[in-house]
Amino acid sequence: MTTETYNLVTVSAGVSDPSSTRLLADRATQRAVAILESRGHSVTVSSIDLRELLPELPQALSSQLMGPRFTQAIERLQAADGIIAAAPVYKAAASGLLTSFLQVLDNDLLIGKPVILAATAGTARHALVVDGEMRALFAYLRALPVPTGLFASTEDWTDKALGTRIDRAATELAILVESGFARKVRDDSWARYQHEYGSAGGTELGIDLDSDMMRLATGGSLRDGSHEPFDLRDS
Amino acid sequence: MQFGIMSVSDITRDPVTGHTPSEAERIDAIKQIAVKAEEVGLDVFAIGEHHNPPFFSSSPTTLLAHIGALTERLILTTSTTLITTNDPVRIAEEYAMLQHLTKGRMDLMLGRGNTAPVYPWFGQDIRQGLPLALENYNLLHRLWREDVVDWEGNFRGPLQGFTSTPRPLDDVPPFVWHGSIRTPEIAEQAAYYGNGYFANNIFWPKEHYKRLIDFYRRRFEAHGHGAQKEAIVGLGGQAFIAKSSQAARDQFRPYFNEAPVYGNGPRMEDFEEMTPLSVGSPQEVIDKTLTFREAFGDYQRQLFLIDHAGLPLSIVLEQLELLGGEVVPVLRKELDAKREPGTAEAPTHAGLVKAKYGDAEPRQPRPNANRGDNVTGGSPYQDSESSVAAYPSM
Repeated sequence: MTTETYNLVTVSAGVSDPSSTRLLADRATQRAVAILESRGHSVTVSSIDLRELLPELPQALSSQLMGPRFTQAIERLQAADGIIAAAPVYKAAASGLLTSFLQVLDNDLLIGKPVILAATAGTARHALVVDGEMRALFAYLRALPVPTGLFASTEDWTDKALGTRIDRAATELAILVESGFARKVRDDSWARYQHEYGSAGGTELGIDLDSDMMRLATGGSLRDGSHEPFDLRDS
Repeated sequence: MQFGIMSVSDITRDPVTGHTPSEAERIDAIKQIAVKAEEVGLDVFAIGEHHNPPFFSSSPTTLLAHIGALTERLILTTSTTLITTNDPVRIAEEYAMLQHLTKGRMDLMLGRGNTAPVYPWFGQDIRQGLPLALENYNLLHRLWREDVVDWEGNFRGPLQGFTSTPRPLDDVPPFVWHGSIRTPEIAEQAAYYGNGYFANNIFWPKEHYKRLIDFYRRRFEAHGHGAQKEAIVGLGGQAFIAKSSQAARDQFRPYFNEAPVYGNGPRMEDFEEMTPLSVGSPQEVIDKTLTFREAFGDYQRQLFLIDHAGLPLSIVLEQLELLGGEVVPVLRKELDAKREPGTAEAPTHAGLVKAKYGDAEPRQPRPNANRGDNVTGGSPYQDSESSVAAYPSM
């Protein structure tokens, strides 16, 4: 097996310090690093503490203007081979800080990237937030959440089963990262996804001049020539 | 290089006085603003097109024709004319009429419009916005260049033997700018036809606009209209000027904070740092505007947004005094000095006539006698060859 260097990025929406959300994200990240290293790779880790982006959030939400911290966070995610995303559950939903952050990202920033989904809550009644809500959100972004979702309520922190689940999720992430799935999608299949101009990974790879819209832009027609009433090619 | 102002035509409550102008007041004010623009030495006045409150400008050619009668030099244009919800046949007719009435002191900028509910009011669908804009312009382009047009498309009824009247002044179509902030297809269309490309340059960092302008320049060259530096680029921008930097900030801040679109969002200082907005002394506005050339290359037209967000007429007129008196003269001099040789002149009717005819007399189409339709004969004009044999007369 060839040795690679992988970037893992932790995204945490925990707001207290210390934060159990951050703690859960860090444990999953450490485990993923250990597994990838044991398989002969080197790993760099960076973390995005969404609380630090709060001052720039209003302008990002209202005007799609990304401040310097937002820009840095987006660059890190763009370079990520694997992501660990963690949020506290508030009012039966993943915290608005995480969902707001994800809502202002370009739709194609995370395509094909493996993600561990993690949430913390005060009660086990919120356990389905990870697999119901968060999984749907990352599916929309066409990211690749690992099969094992992580959820920790108060009682889980004293249960070693949480460690087992963390190990399982981290292993899944490591295998997906190692497969190079996201990079291969980008190299081989990028044009098959919808991209906005100037977005995270769409058009810097080139603007497709060979499309119906580009033909229309250059004086062409959307109509099929063979249906023109006086077209002689059919006779 | 042309300098001017562009208005969105918003009627916004003045956050300082609490006064909301009536439609009548605001329409009266825009006439005064346009006349003042000429008086202080600006070259261009542009008005937007909207079909919903709180905007007044549903009928730009009517307004521009009136301003044309009040002014002598000012070039009248739009920011933008909706190429999606307007029938291109009506655009061809109305703007050709405006061109005649202003003796060529006009052009127009085409945009798509991003207010979804407006589309169905005109029988259209915003989900088809891009193909609609592209196809409509393809037709508009022909209507101004061919006396008789046969045409069939996806978004309006077919045309058989249609002649758009009046023919353009001197048989030279109005110059067209294609406005876009994120659509490569629009930049490609501008490049394909050798038309101008305009970036509003208001909401985002200049890197965003630069990508599209560079693409337009490359494609302008690829389509054989000249070198990249000969492409015709226009830019927007937003400025608020006062004698001192602090006075400008204090005076503009309440308007910025409640402005439509970006109000209640970013801090003014952050917005200034991240976008082309400049709030400050004449020198600060000059310095910031000069950075546009560094980013985008030599360009032909600079339009400033100065009459929005509830700013009262008195302040807008002061802004025009400062813009025309202290900012633009310096910009003209500096940009002329820096201009690379061989770049395009700013488009004017006189320039287009010269390019088409040289020193020869321009064509003046004279119609043949009325025959009730254009379908059965050839050209409806006396000076054109009949392309189809006329039916024998009985």
